[in-house]
Amino acid sequence: MKFTWFNLMPWPHLPDDFREKNRSVWVDIDQKLFDPVKSNAVYNTYLDLLEYADGLGFDGVGCNEHHQNGYGLMPSPNLIAAALTRRTKDAAIVVLGNSIALYNPPVRVAEEFAMLDCMSGGRLVAGFPVGTSMDTNFCYGQIPSLTREKYAEAHDLIMRAWHEREPFAFNGRYNKLRHVNIWPRPIQAPNPPIHIPGGGSVETYDFCIDNTYSYSYLSFTGYIRAKALLDGYWRRVEERGAPDKSPYRAGFAQTICVADTDEEAQRLYEEHVLYFYNRCLHVYPGFADAPGYRTIKTIQSGALSQYAPNFSFATLTWKDLVEGGHVIAGSPETVRQRMEDLITGLHVGNIFCLMHVGNMPAEKCMYSTKLFAEKVMPKLRNMFPEYKDDSRFWCHPIGNRAKPGSLPDARELAAAGGR
Amino acid sequence: MELKTIAAPRVPVRYYEGGSGTPLVFLHGAGGIMPNDPFLAALAKKYHVYAPLLPGYGDSEECPEIRDMLDFTLHSWDVVDALGLKNPVLAGHSMGGMIAAEMAAIAPHDISRLALICPAGLWLDDHPIPDLFSTLPFEFPQLLFHNVEQGTALLTAGMAVDDPEWLKGFLVTNARQLGMAGRILFPIPDRGLAGRLYRIKAKTVLIWGDGDRLIVPAYAHAFRKGIAGSELVVIPEAGHMVTMEKTEQVVQAIARLG
Repeated sequence: MKFTWFNLMPWPHLPDDFREKNRSVWVDIDQKLFDPVKSNAVYNTYLDLLEYADGLGFDGVGCNEHHQNGYGLMPSPNLIAAALTRRTKDAAIVVLGNSIALYNPPVRVAEEFAMLDCMSGGRLVAGFPVGTSMDTNFCYGQIPSLTREKYAEAHDLIMRAWHEREPFAFNGRYNKLRHVNIWPRPIQAPNPPIHIPGGGSVETYDFCIDNTYSYSYLSFTGYIRAKALLDGYWRRVEERGAPDKSPYRAGFAQTICVADTDEEAQRLYEEHVLYFYNRCLHVYPGFADAPGYRTIKTIQSGALSQYAPNFSFATLTWKDLVEGGHVIAGSPETVRQRMEDLITGLHVGNIFCLMHVGNMPAEKCMYSTKLFAEKVMPKLRNMFPEYKDDSRFWCHPIGNRAKPGSLPDARELAAAGGR
Repeated sequence: MELKTIAAPRVPVRYYEGGSGTPLVFLHGAGGIMPNDPFLAALAKKYHVYAPLLPGYGDSEECPEIRDMLDFTLHSWDVVDALGLKNPVLAGHSMGGMIAAEMAAIAPHDISRLALICPAGLWLDDHPIPDLFSTLPFEFPQLLFHNVEQGTALLTAGMAVDDPEWLKGFLVTNARQLGMAGRILFPIPDRGLAGRLYRIKAKTVLIWGDGDRLIVPAYAHAFRKGIAGSELVVIPEAGHMVTMEKTEQVVQAIARLG
């Protein structure tokens, strides 16, 4: 199993009446709600927490890309990832990912991911999402019905940039580049492992299966609701004639809160979980799905996103969220059991653990994270012994990685000067 | 009106045909053409009407190769050619007006009569056009009609949002139609027409509802400035769907082209 500690980086200061007074947390969120001075502490705490998770033995630390979004302070995930390369030691740096249709030209992604891989000593896991309609279409202005074509071209360009060892010309529809010759290139040759976040598009299933990429379902609605979607994916893996059904072909994001007892979990985490589910996910339905963003095939398959027009903004309670599986919360034993249900039920080897939730303060988040790392994770480690050697979907760091702070000390400096 | 198919070079095109007299090509807006469209019926009393559907509209085949403004413009000329028409009256509503203006700009000697009914295609920073693509179904009547109540009745007839199958069909239609429209309208309906309007040689009538809340009448004046000798007909008590709200007055305004 691979456990990645993931932080969405929500803005923790949305007012209590946010939902009543604002139509959306995303795209046209009120500028006045962001306080740059306060964000200094917010960013630093969030980075500290990611580093803390590395120290506790999580396999990866994760970040992602959202724009104009009150629950995601990472328009540039690569900046966060770059900061993480310095003070994390062993964890994979999981960037899930760069919305490659938005980078102009997309070789920028090939370059930045290469830098991250070099800086981290080969610890990068690279993600290539199409991007939500909110980010891609409404914030970044991509034409909905051409987004996928542009994405596909960006993918081809990035992969060629990583794989080819001579300068080449790329005559694409969206990118005309006479001299592609990236410098630096990644340590993990020819390319880092690739995860593709998806929301139920049939085309994305096939894309992952055909290229041996891991399919990640990043929902917030939990493992019970994800069953139908992941079942569809595994059916497709079979139909498409993939050589195996390795659980590492799939990943899943799950909100997790651990405490000593189930009661304590509710007492400690309820307000933060409700902040996230009832405040942060308040997205105006008009931004959910620009017409043309989803393919006809996907709409016909009925796999509508959590933001589809029928998504309801009912106020959810702790009980709803825990019983519905949106959130796995409770004592280490409760969490272990439910995680086991998740892992076997969905057949997933990569878990993106959403352990910082909403406006959770650092100390509670550390408490929950530590309990998970020490009392839950070890018991789930060997869920798929037959696939324990499957390393296709994870990074391969070099040994003897460079350490930060390795400049010569004052004495060495003086000695060098005296020479 | 009869729904027919014609082979255009890139894709078979569905079109409505009816009436007799001077040939008139009508290009529809982003919403497409309603079955038994009363505006087409009214036009057909005076003209031999041809109203082609853009690929993806109605039951017509999609055409992924039509991506940008030039593709739309040349495709629409291809359709006129395939129909065997020479110098028809060219009329377009909203997005269709944008395409018609582009057609007249790219081939100024092939069109001598042009009717632009609250066309898209320009952008004025002082009058940002509402974002059609994030507008929810229940919000459309406000934007499109002077008489919102009547507009609501027209737009919501037959809607059954609680029925998943109906909803699926609705989403598919939206994805096909607005997905196609988005190629020239998203996120801002401006593909550089302002810089090409000077090329239009056709006698041009601009037709606008004075209560248009989608493309406000300020745009009428911008078009009038851009197209030499154009005439503006403003129709009172009408919104963006002036073709539905004041059908006869729009037909009369087009008739001023002779």
